[in-house]
Amino acid sequence: MRSGNHAIERQTAFRSLDWITVTLYLLLLCAGAVSIYAASYDFDHASIFSFAEFSGKQIRWIGLGLVIALIILFTDYRFFETYAYPIYALMMVLLVVTIFVAPDIKGSHSWLKFGPLSLQPAEFAKTATALALAKLFNGYNFRLNASSNNYAKALGIILLPIALIYLQKETGSALAYLALFFVLYREGMSGMVLIAALAAVVTFVVTVKYNDAEILDMAKGKFIVLVLTMLATTLLSGIYARSLEVMRNLAGFFTVAIGTCFALEAAELPLPYDWILIGAIMAAAIYLVVTWLRMHLRRLAICSIFAAGCVGFMFSVNVIFDQMAPHQQNRILVALGIKADPRGAGYNVNQSMIAIGSGGITGKGFLNGTQTKLKYVPEQHTDFIFCTIGEEQGFIGTSAVMLMFLALILRVISLAERQPTTFARVYAYCVASILMFHLLINVGMVIGLCPVIGIPLPFFSYGGSSLWGFTILLFILLRLDSARKLIRR
Amino acid sequence: MRKDYSLEKRKYVIGGFLLLIVAIYLVRLFSLQVADDKYKAFAENNAFLRKIQYPSRGLIYDRNGELVVYNQPAYDVMIIPRDIKGVDTLDFCRTVGITRQQFDERMAEIKRSPGYSAYTPQRLMTHLTARDYGRLQEKLYRYPGFYTQKRILRQYNYLAAANVLGNVREVNKKDIDNDDYYQPGDYTGDLGVEKSYEEYLRGDKGVEILMRDAYGRIQGRYEDGAFDKDPHSGRNLTLSLDIRLQQFAESLMVNKIGAVVAIEPKTGEVLCMVSSPTYDPTLLVGRDRGKNYLKLTANDNEDHPLFDRALMGTYPPGSTFKPGQALILLQEGIITPDTPYPCYHGYINGGLRVGCHSHYSPIAVKPALQTSCNAFFCWGFKNMVDRRSKYGSSADAFEVWKRHLVQLGYGYRLGVDLPGESRGFLPNAQYYNKVYGEGRWSANTIISVSIGQGEVLATPLQMANLCATIANRGHYITPHVVKEIQDTVMPDGAIGRHSPDIDRKWFELVAEGMRMAVTGGTCRTANLPDIEVCGKTGTAQNPHGKDHSAFIGFAPYDDPQIAVAVYVENGGFGATFGVPIGSLVIEKYLTGKISPQRQHLVNNMLNANTKQFRAIRKPRH
Repeated sequence: MRSGNHAIERQTAFRSLDWITVTLYLLLLCAGAVSIYAASYDFDHASIFSFAEFSGKQIRWIGLGLVIALIILFTDYRFFETYAYPIYALMMVLLVVTIFVAPDIKGSHSWLKFGPLSLQPAEFAKTATALALAKLFNGYNFRLNASSNNYAKALGIILLPIALIYLQKETGSALAYLALFFVLYREGMSGMVLIAALAAVVTFVVTVKYNDAEILDMAKGKFIVLVLTMLATTLLSGIYARSLEVMRNLAGFFTVAIGTCFALEAAELPLPYDWILIGAIMAAAIYLVVTWLRMHLRRLAICSIFAAGCVGFMFSVNVIFDQMAPHQQNRILVALGIKADPRGAGYNVNQSMIAIGSGGITGKGFLNGTQTKLKYVPEQHTDFIFCTIGEEQGFIGTSAVMLMFLALILRVISLAERQPTTFARVYAYCVASILMFHLLINVGMVIGLCPVIGIPLPFFSYGGSSLWGFTILLFILLRLDSARKLIRR
Repeated sequence: MRKDYSLEKRKYVIGGFLLLIVAIYLVRLFSLQVADDKYKAFAENNAFLRKIQYPSRGLIYDRNGELVVYNQPAYDVMIIPRDIKGVDTLDFCRTVGITRQQFDERMAEIKRSPGYSAYTPQRLMTHLTARDYGRLQEKLYRYPGFYTQKRILRQYNYLAAANVLGNVREVNKKDIDNDDYYQPGDYTGDLGVEKSYEEYLRGDKGVEILMRDAYGRIQGRYEDGAFDKDPHSGRNLTLSLDIRLQQFAESLMVNKIGAVVAIEPKTGEVLCMVSSPTYDPTLLVGRDRGKNYLKLTANDNEDHPLFDRALMGTYPPGSTFKPGQALILLQEGIITPDTPYPCYHGYINGGLRVGCHSHYSPIAVKPALQTSCNAFFCWGFKNMVDRRSKYGSSADAFEVWKRHLVQLGYGYRLGVDLPGESRGFLPNAQYYNKVYGEGRWSANTIISVSIGQGEVLATPLQMANLCATIANRGHYITPHVVKEIQDTVMPDGAIGRHSPDIDRKWFELVAEGMRMAVTGGTCRTANLPDIEVCGKTGTAQNPHGKDHSAFIGFAPYDDPQIAVAVYVENGGFGATFGVPIGSLVIEKYLTGKISPQRQHLVNNMLNANTKQFRAIRKPRH
């Protein structure tokens, strides 16, 4: 099965290369180059190929990126699997070194200078982490759910770079690794983890956002969170634990509890309603535990933990929030629409929304965007590059870009599912998850739906590290994919 | 190679999650980019600095080409708060002559004002004096973030006609909402022709569109100035006013409350329009405008100088109403030129007595005008209003009477080209039905209106207009104060010719009666040696003190050049103030001077003070 004939392999590498992905990649790359030219265009500008310009530099990055892509395609596909751990180890060492030797650039210590090159190891560490994770799952008879030891190993691989990058003060890049939890989910991690994460985000947002108005003598946010917790617990007991009886009981119990509270409040009794509702949830949690023991439905225990956990988390939200740095608090408050601060924390988002919003359907035309040309949008050639597309190409441009990304990621998922090896599949899911996270967070931030987290838009944002990082990430997948038939043979 | 197919299904969860979020984002992008227009405006405000080029406001000349109102440059001190760095505030304050405290207060005020932005120009001080401006300009380089902007202030060659000219004020929120032309800090006309001809006077603002980056730095002209616009100066106005006549009339009205209106009958051009007490128009210019405005409009300022009595004040016309009465009675056939009515020191009928003075009896219409006989016009009014055989009822007769008066310019606005004109007051039959009950009133109930008392109220402008109508022997042109607008055809329809349904011969007859009043009646003071003046006095009872003194007159008799109305509150008999002032205005306008024999009248008027008689009740007889 393993052919030693490299020449044949290389031929097949091109013949069975997934040209759909390559085409989408090149399209995005071109659109990105044009956007950077537009974003950095100045009134007394030089030519697009002038290396002094952002666009000129980016062209050079793209050119070298393509060379790297070719090199990867000519590399033995077994190289990546074989050297996954050493590559990972090397990158982790590099991340550690970076913390200490990198100069302070706007508070972050994430850049390494190699002669004329400035690179961000964090962007390349994603590929290394993806490889290591794939290698882990590829182990003989490895199953994530088989032992908690396996979980620990997977979490370790993901959390180590997060910790190191966090120490470089690059919180945004660190968060991107959380995307890899999608991979764990695909490989057997309980969906409850994602649901719990979602519940945590919802609890956090609702608690912080609705902190002022009052329902039943408690903050509106608290009330909503408690009701949502009841709802989610009820649904979980029915859908996840598959016990319609428990679901019915919980639904009835919670309805009565909430109804009684409102009735008592209407009678103007000054009772601690929040504690009554919390008590109801705790009673439900105990009921779930009892039922678990009685009916031997282990999943009811999870439901019980979920209910209690939600309440616990609700209490800790304010503690967590107070722990955050003021600028992080601000970004969250602005993203939640609580704080309108167009000159302060909200300035970037406000200006980027103006840029995008002023584009209309067809946009102002190439190089005609005033918001971006006149530098109202900060970081417009890096994190806020999407603004330039929005302003100059309008809704047609933004939706086209979104759809291209959608196509690319869905294509990567379908590539993942056709891989014959666990290594390639897990790696492919890593690629899909990372692209997805970057796309959703970056665009969400630019259109004011997410807090400002400084991560680049793949293939668009200016910068060699991110461009090369994503190119390497994607082309290793393509190289693995092109070799899939060799393996099956 | 083991494949877990139950786990493979999870690709749908992951793909579905991606699809869901992308869909949400697309909806959001759609609502931002397509559904909502506001971002476009934001972007333009951001990027384009529309530098306004203020046009010069139109100049105002009088009918003889005398420059009355012109412009002088003034300078505002502007700041862009975020550019202010390292400025020695104390030094700045000393340079422009304000205290540190004033500076701090003003800065705080600016920051509180709506729409404040540290990135856009804010007006720190207005109307710097030339001296302060010179000093500041020299040191300006030391105050980054400060600059000066040239504005235009009104300047007056004659301290007269403030009520006609009006003044210029800063726009308020309402102005800005109603007219796209205005932006905060702009000026607009207030009162007078400055207001009514604002659209001609203000000109067209120019604009220079500059591109500005996020740091407020200018990046050059947008499209090389293709969308720039040059400012166009406002149109100059030529008033029909004779500014010297106006000055003269104002001086005669010193220390009196009232109005003088003179009209050129042929054209309807207003030659002078005095409201007294008046004010110095320069008070409402410059930095102290607000303070002075408050002073002028203060409740305890009994002069109410901003109240233009010539067209806002409504007064009982008194006997100046009688020429109009004569016209109606003649036209309606109630009297002939020879119909005599008795007068036994007044009108005595149905237990009613309206007093009159000594003259022969019975009396016909012309001598009745000459002597201003009350009884004659009471009888005439009674015979008209109570003539059921002709009109059916008193109410119907009264409506006919009223319609004639409306045609003569009473009871409605004449449409003069100045803001705030009052319509006066003419009661109609309904009004009396309401007061007395339907069918429960007759001529005697309301007899006082026949002699211009009672409910009837008219503005001095309406009185002058009636006089002009008689001078024209049967028509009037809408009175107006602006004769010409530079490079503009006067707006159509505003100035019209109005002819009441009264025969010319009756006007001739009434003019003769008014001539007789001057030659041998109540207005003998107006009998100039070389000019045939016609006139009618009025002495109006009123609840505010001594009688009002009124006069209407025109001259010359054959070819009238000027029709004038004078109204002096609490001046007593019409002959006391009305006639001298009216005849002096006529003489001054027609001869350009006052003859030495009549100089004493001028002195009398200059020295007389009727303000003291305000609200002093005449002792009852």
